Amino acid sequence: MAALKIKKGSTSHSAYNLRPNFSDEVETHTLAVLVDNEPGVLARVIGLFAGRGYNIESLTVAEVDHTGHLSRITIVTTGTPQVIEQIKAQLGRIVSVHDVHDLTVEGASVERELALFKVAGTGEKRVEALRLADIFRANAVDSTLESFVFELTGTPGKIDAFADLMRPLGLIEVARTGVAALSRGPE
Amino acid sequence: MTRQMTGAKMVVQALKDQGVDTVFGYPGGAVLPIYDEIFQQNDIRHILVRHEQGAVHAAEGYARSTGKVGVALVTSGPGATNAVTGLTDALLDSIPILVLTGQVPTFMIGSDAFQEADTVGITRPCTKHNWLAKDTDTLAETLHQAFHVAQTGRPGPVLVDIPKDVQFANGTYTAPEKSDTTIYAPETKGDITAINELVEAMEKAERPVFYTGGGVINSGPKASKLLRELVEATGIPITSTLMGLGAYPASGENWLGMLGMHGLYEANMAMHDCDLMINIGARFDDRITGLISAFSPNSIKAHIDIDPSSINKVIPADIPIVGDVESVLTDILKVWKARGRTVNRDAIANWQSQISEWRKVECLKYTQEGKVIKPQYALERLEALTKEHDRYITTEVGQHQMWAAQYLGFEDPNRWMTSGGLGTMGYGTPASIGVQVAHPDSLVINVAGEASWLMNMQEMGTAVQFRLPVKQFILNNERLGMVRQWQELLHGERYSHSWSEALPDFVKLAEAFGAKGIICSDPDDLDEAIMEMINYDGPVIFDCLVEKHENCFPMIPSGKPHNEMLLGEASTQGVIQAAGAVMV
Repeated sequence: MAALKIKKGSTSHSAYNLRPNFSDEVETHTLAVLVDNEPGVLARVIGLFAGRGYNIESLTVAEVDHTGHLSRITIVTTGTPQVIEQIKAQLGRIVSVHDVHDLTVEGASVERELALFKVAGTGEKRVEALRLADIFRANAVDSTLESFVFELTGTPGKIDAFADLMRPLGLIEVARTGVAALSRGPE
Repeated sequence: MTRQMTGAKMVVQALKDQGVDTVFGYPGGAVLPIYDEIFQQNDIRHILVRHEQGAVHAAEGYARSTGKVGVALVTSGPGATNAVTGLTDALLDSIPILVLTGQVPTFMIGSDAFQEADTVGITRPCTKHNWLAKDTDTLAETLHQAFHVAQTGRPGPVLVDIPKDVQFANGTYTAPEKSDTTIYAPETKGDITAINELVEAMEKAERPVFYTGGGVINSGPKASKLLRELVEATGIPITSTLMGLGAYPASGENWLGMLGMHGLYEANMAMHDCDLMINIGARFDDRITGLISAFSPNSIKAHIDIDPSSINKVIPADIPIVGDVESVLTDILKVWKARGRTVNRDAIANWQSQISEWRKVECLKYTQEGKVIKPQYALERLEALTKEHDRYITTEVGQHQMWAAQYLGFEDPNRWMTSGGLGTMGYGTPASIGVQVAHPDSLVINVAGEASWLMNMQEMGTAVQFRLPVKQFILNNERLGMVRQWQELLHGERYSHSWSEALPDFVKLAEAFGAKGIICSDPDDLDEAIMEMINYDGPVIFDCLVEKHENCFPMIPSGKPHNEMLLGEASTQGVIQAAGAVMV
């Protein structure tokens, strides 16, 4: 199923590729939404998800083009294929939205998330935490005699795995940025 | 050309430059500078309503009957919150309107100032787009963009919130042609491959049907013309949603009548049994589809819509075409003619004779007997006595609305202004005022129920003040008829709070407003009373006392497919009378 791209000023756009081939299976998709960085734009996007009952698994937003005042919102969402198509079409209707990309279906993509973990403990547990951090290539960005703050970048799965390992070793707090994603290749 | 002026003056200048001749509004503290500018000019007529909801519905009536953007001007806080229902109504029916709201000065925003409300926050989900104008220098461009967004692509309501200091400050005016409207440019031309495929399907189809909606009306008069040409040339029967009535004439030979929950038997049966459904500018609303899993099970479905999000939202489309109706119909006709104007004539003739069989059910049949006016009879007489007039109809919401859709015939687009998607009781009176302002010499009738009508009856003051001869045709059954009908069918005849007690004397009420009141309760007097209403030069409240327990049929009960319609008759009558005794 081709993604519904709603490009401004495009002449070739049509829903001709939107042949319904809908299953009832819930899928996870990563959407990249390019928006005008203006007041309220995030509220428009989030309000759409809340108002129409769509899921947000993760959401990341920051200005990516300072001269053009464009922000990139990366949303990880779940739904049946029909719901995912609706989400993309509904996002495309928002006047402040320039482009909607479904990174899950538009070829390969890379996804990364940054997380900070506060792990407190002494003795064997503290050593084990440090050893695991090394295996995961997490950096200690703060340390006291009873605690570490680790910084870890990776896929959401890797971050989940690290959190699971840290939990018995004194995990106190986690801060995650949510997913940032880009398609692979030159395009 | 750029000029220096105050923000308030810019508002008036931008409206003029956009060709606006009328604004419906209500003044207040946060819009006083704009009202001061309105006072000092004569190009734009301001219609003072009695409630901000009325201003927005009047702007909708104006927009629906002209195709132009309707404009409402209200103050901050309560002025803005009162506009919310009208905005939502316009959003669901895709009506282009611009609401201008005053706002507390920028330096007071967020301080819970007097009459402050987060207007852009409140109206974000009920507008197509909205703006907070924080800077006088960009105000004019924002206003021009607002007009552009309201009427481009799928039309809809927009709102510009203008703080009072922005209205007072000086800035540079930007002319419409200098404004950047590339911010919003949806595709309007349909994919030609899909159009070819649709034409091919039309050539082969044995039981095709056109299912058209408000998108045809919104696309403009040319779209209706092209639709008529296509229907006449192919002989394919056509039905329409509530919103699309008038795009194809009710007197046309291929007309099936309205479809849906209270649609005609032949229209719904044709939808259920067709092998090719051509949806033009409709959105498979739940009032149309009934039970989705049993909706038109054996048909190929083509869906033409300017909004990609309508496609596959409810019913998967086999042939989806994103585009403006006028553009797509032009291409369909071009391709169909170029390919030799073929249709499956024999099969369609059989299909039409099947439809004739369905027509014999006479689903709208009723019996007018005795001394009580049947609501259907009232509308049939209204139709007979007004159809030759240059006529516009608005409605409130409920049974009377469905009967009006069933018993009145619409020959042209933009002649039928009803609240479809939102179902807003209280819409009709202000809408009729908006229509009458746009068409001062036409006969404008609001077909109402007494309960709906009371919701915005204060607008009679507006009608009288501006000498707008709107006719309020109230089918008075002293009931919330549609609620009562559902309670009868679904809630064991427990009529919880669905009757109107302490109703006003509508004739005296009319006189109190300075309008004319007419009451009619005898079927034998009805024609004369309707003629009196038509011939009176001024606003009229017509209190038509009708049968209290009449149900609106045909009806697809919720959760049922099209071929399981209730055809009504008098089977429930006895039960209602027994239960009715409890109520009176």
